[in-house]
Amino acid sequence: MSAIVPDPVALILLIPIGAAALLALLPGYRLTSRLSVAASLLTFLAALALFAAEPAAPGSYLFVDEFNIVFIALNTFVGFTTSVFSASYIGHELATGKLTPLYLRFYHAMYQLLIFAMNLALVANNIGLMWVAIELATLTTVLMVGIYRTHEALEAAWKYFILGSVGIALALFGTILVYLAAQPVVGEGMNGMVWTVLIEHVAAFDPALLNMAFVFLLLGYGTKVGLAPLHAWLPDAHAEGPTPISAVLSGLLLNVALYAVLRFKMLLAGNAGAIAPGPLLVTMGLTSLIFAGFMLYRRQDVKRLFAYSSIEHMGIIAFAFGMGGPLANFAGLLHMVMHSLTKSAIFFAVGHIAQVKGTQKIADIGGLTVTHPWLGWGLVLGVVAIVGMPPLGIFMSEFLIVSSTFAREPWLALPLVLGLLIALGALLLRLNGLAFGEPRGSTAPAQASYVPMYAHLALVLVAGIYLPARLVDWFQHVAELLG
Amino acid sequence: MDGPMEGLIFDIAHLLAASLVLISFVQLYQDRLYALLNTFALHAFVLACSVAWQAFIQDAPHLYITAAIALVFKAIVIPIALHRIIQRLGIHREIETVVGIGLTMLAGIALVALSMVVMLQVTAGADPLAREDLAFALAVILLGLLLMVSRRNAVSQVVGFMSLENGLVLAATGAKGMPLVVEFSVAFSILIAFVVIGIFLFRIRERFDTVDVHALDRHRGERR
Repeated sequence: MSAIVPDPVALILLIPIGAAALLALLPGYRLTSRLSVAASLLTFLAALALFAAEPAAPGSYLFVDEFNIVFIALNTFVGFTTSVFSASYIGHELATGKLTPLYLRFYHAMYQLLIFAMNLALVANNIGLMWVAIELATLTTVLMVGIYRTHEALEAAWKYFILGSVGIALALFGTILVYLAAQPVVGEGMNGMVWTVLIEHVAAFDPALLNMAFVFLLLGYGTKVGLAPLHAWLPDAHAEGPTPISAVLSGLLLNVALYAVLRFKMLLAGNAGAIAPGPLLVTMGLTSLIFAGFMLYRRQDVKRLFAYSSIEHMGIIAFAFGMGGPLANFAGLLHMVMHSLTKSAIFFAVGHIAQVKGTQKIADIGGLTVTHPWLGWGLVLGVVAIVGMPPLGIFMSEFLIVSSTFAREPWLALPLVLGLLIALGALLLRLNGLAFGEPRGSTAPAQASYVPMYAHLALVLVAGIYLPARLVDWFQHVAELLG
Repeated sequence: MDGPMEGLIFDIAHLLAASLVLISFVQLYQDRLYALLNTFALHAFVLACSVAWQAFIQDAPHLYITAAIALVFKAIVIPIALHRIIQRLGIHREIETVVGIGLTMLAGIALVALSMVVMLQVTAGADPLAREDLAFALAVILLGLLLMVSRRNAVSQVVGFMSLENGLVLAATGAKGMPLVVEFSVAFSILIAFVVIGIFLFRIRERFDTVDVHALDRHRGERR
């Protein structure tokens, strides 16, 4: 059986890496963008096959459990829709001469490599392998952020690179400390890095070492999540890179880094003597939320605006997991999925808008619902979703977070609600200028692909109204695992 | 191995790890790029010795690969490459430091004290060799971070990052039986190679007049 039907876990890794090698070699823009879409679709289908396949026993490198399986599906789905968006976006960049065919080839190869790295980080059962995968994902995105070779793009890439590397280095130190804590209990060698072995024996680990390890891991991977005050690279990287990369950065890579933090949080939850990581996450989450909320008001660049909104949402998610408990964890997981879908849809809209208008300056864009109704209304719907208006999916997750906080720690709910309202005000204010009023900027028709954007928004809308029982069961089960 | 032999093993490992901390300090007050590079080459050389010693006492032959990477790549290839870049860019003048040398040294002393206090307390139950190695490693990491934040020149920031990474390798090799150490050092070498190529490309493309990171700030499209 297994000889005929290849293992889907292997497929979600082999398809992107094979495609990356192929795309690096093949010339021709139309062919390569189609190939990239096809490869992403196949990866997505392989990820869906994971649900049907018998779960294999966890190996010392790879495994699939209930926690990562939906993130793999989300990752490959957004990877697929973004590759569809990329094809039309990059075609326009080529037409306007912003990118040369050589860079384009490089772009598609790097995109597949990024998908590979993120899938690898998600299926890794080995904290060392997970670290290597996240490093690889960082490197590929650094290269893509700098792809336009302008002053700003190179500076953003450099900054991302230096801060990302320091984060990655601190995370490795934390990983080494986890191994040291595990070594007396599970013995020397590979076992000390296998996550399933660690979680089984974690109760016997030295709590002081685990605490220390978690602090370094939180600082390290937290830099990649973009939690304030470690967020400095994030707005630049989003604003200066190609928009499809902003979409996957916000929608996927931040989630992957947060997934890594959550894996270690699960370890700490299994050890009675270790500190509760909750207060740390709550503090960082609230800081990010309120800081980003205020920063939203002064943004002049539309991509930077939504980059700060990503910091805000990562703050909300970190807050939810910091609160812990079945309900808040459930809401945090739901929010991760909803934010990922909504934010990438917004970046799809923003990417085409910036191309049509020839600028990213908010002041130079206006009246989109009149000049480009499909793009304009897509943006309106996306922003309405992201600020948490009913009946969309983010409303539900934010409502759950707020209500569970009110029930348990009413005082913490105040800054949370305040932060949400600040951000809501800023985004609606900016949206008003962008989408309504006197048309500003070019009114040339857009060469856009609307399907990815509206597919995401439709999913967010459906999730806000009706969540399938199976999905709810899954979220509840994982929320319990998270402790 | 017992008695005096064990003491000697411990002492040599201790000596090499402590030398790394000392050389990190020496790096902090180098105000010329060439001198900084030479100090870094020495740092990498001592690291290579330390890793080779760990490979010998732990009877872990794969660690010799890590030692060889440290020796060839970090102590020889990278310093030579950076040397040529500095020459090409004509920036072999004095380094601008953000705060004075005296203050930086004081901060460095505080960081070393902090890492000793924290790590020795946290690892009270661990094997003494690994424990002190880890305390030294954290000191090297923090001093590397300090070097990065106290310098504005891109080349010296990279040197800071590399000495930080040397601290990580020290920690990884000190943890007995740690898997994937060779893979980690390869991954980091790739990372560093990318930075060095990046600096080189910045100049080749003539996008910047300087590799002073502070000057890059002026190119920012929007102030935060």
